[in-house]
Formats: sequence, structure tokens, C-alpha cells
Amino acid sequence: MLISNTQEIPGKTVVEFFGVVSGSTVRAKHIGRDIAAGLKNVVGGELRGYTELLAEARGEAIRRMSSQAEEQGANAIVNVRFATSSVAQGAAELFAYGTAVRVE
Amino acid sequence: MWELAPYLMTPIVMIGAWLTGSFLERRHFEDLLRLESGSRDVLAITVEDLPEGWEVERCDLVIGNVVISQDYFKRVAASIKGIFGGRIGVFEPLLERARREALVRMKEQARDHGHDTVINVRIETSALARARSDAKGTAGVEVMAFGTAVTLRAGARKQVGPGGGVPL
Repeated sequence: MLISNTQEIPGKTVVEFFGVVSGSTVRAKHIGRDIAAGLKNVVGGELRGYTELLAEARGEAIRRMSSQAEEQGANAIVNVRFATSSVAQGAAELFAYGTAVRVE
Repeated sequence: MWELAPYLMTPIVMIGAWLTGSFLERRHFEDLLRLESGSRDVLAITVEDLPEGWEVERCDLVIGNVVISQDYFKRVAASIKGIFGGRIGVFEPLLERARREALVRMKEQARDHGHDTVINVRIETSALARARSDAKGTAGVEVMAFGTAVTLRAGARKQVGPGGGVPL
């Protein structure tokens, strides 16, 4: 599955559009990570636990989006966008969406 | 003497947070300079359409992200300053650090995949949890930089200025 945030896949031509595909996941912070992050929050700096958590979750959202595109018979997703929203205190939704296409 | 201890706790934590936070910030800026010069061979552009003559062999979506938080002292300082409004200078370095770090990570991911150029770079910022007015809430921001990493076909020339990338 080719994934790109550009209008088309560079070096290929879009031959068929399949419509919007999306994937999302909601993650809450882990208690252990939260304590560590709480301590780190005093002195500031990178909250590594959260960085990894979000990267992981975004990967999951992309995987869900790709499998949805695959089901439709697409071989690429173009114009991918991301959205992050805090749905509740301590939980975030990671959302990825794009247009499933077939390229040659 | 000892009965004063509870009252001294907050100022001690704040001063400690300020000193440690400032030290970590300085060190991070030094690290960033080193990391940025290390990833200069990857060219990142916000342009989507490739200039004529650039032929792409393969591409990948690359993402770099970082969650970063302000130290307790600066958070309190910012909330006090927020009452009067105006420029809140203490938050500017925080966002700058996060953006530069995210860009470096994106470039490194591109290089791990064997690419030398990232096109259509976008940077997104989101507050993870709302900071409480008493400065105790998590004031973490996430910065994500993403783009399409491409490998140019051998022989394709790319013209770059002294600021970014090296000629092929």
C-alpha cells in the first residue's frame, strides 16, 4: 500500500478513485507512563512515554485506514491528513484519513 | 525552623524546576544544532509539485512527532503573565524546540527508508490536555511533522541552496 500526503503518488498516475478511507483510534494514557510524565512535567522537556504512545496510536490509525482501502481494492492512498483531538481528560483520538485510489 | 518547611516546599520545587528546566532547554538546543546538521543531507520542502526534471522512483509517508512540556516554574510564570496579556515569551522556545525536533525525526525516518527528499511537509500542533488555570494540568503539546519522502531517480539533479541538502 502506497501512502502519500500529496495529491498523487509521485512517479505514478491515478487510474481509479475509491473515495474517502479513514482509520481512528482512541488512546488513554497509561497509569505508569502518567506518573513518569507527571514527574517529568515538573522540570519540563520531552515526555517520551507520550511521544511513543501517540506514534504507536497513529501507526494503528494508518493500518486501519490501509486495510479499509485494501478491502475496496485500492493500492494507494493519497492526500492523507491527520487530526488529533482530546476527547476526554487524558484520552486522545488519533484520526487518519485520505483518498483510496488505484495507481499505475 | 522545621515548621517553616511546608511553606518552603513550593518555592524550592519552583526554583529547582526552573534551574533544571533551563538547563535541559539549553542542552536540547545544543542537541538540536547537532541533529540538524546531521540530517542536512535530507531536503525537506513544503512544495507538493516536484520541479521539472525530478523523477521519483519510490515514496513513503514519513512522520516525526514529539510531546514536550514546559517546566513548572515557567508554567506558573506564563499563567501569571497571561492575566496581563501580551507576548508570553516563555512558551516560544518550547514550541520552537518541539517543531525542530519533530522535523529532525521526520528527516531521520526518511533517511532510514533510504530517501533523500521529503515533499509536501506539514507541521501540526495539538495541545494534549488542557492546562488548568492553576498551572497544574499537563501543559504538554504534541508537534507532528509529516510529509512524503521520495527517492529521486539516479541522474536527476536537484538544485539546492546553502541552507538545505547537498547536491546529488
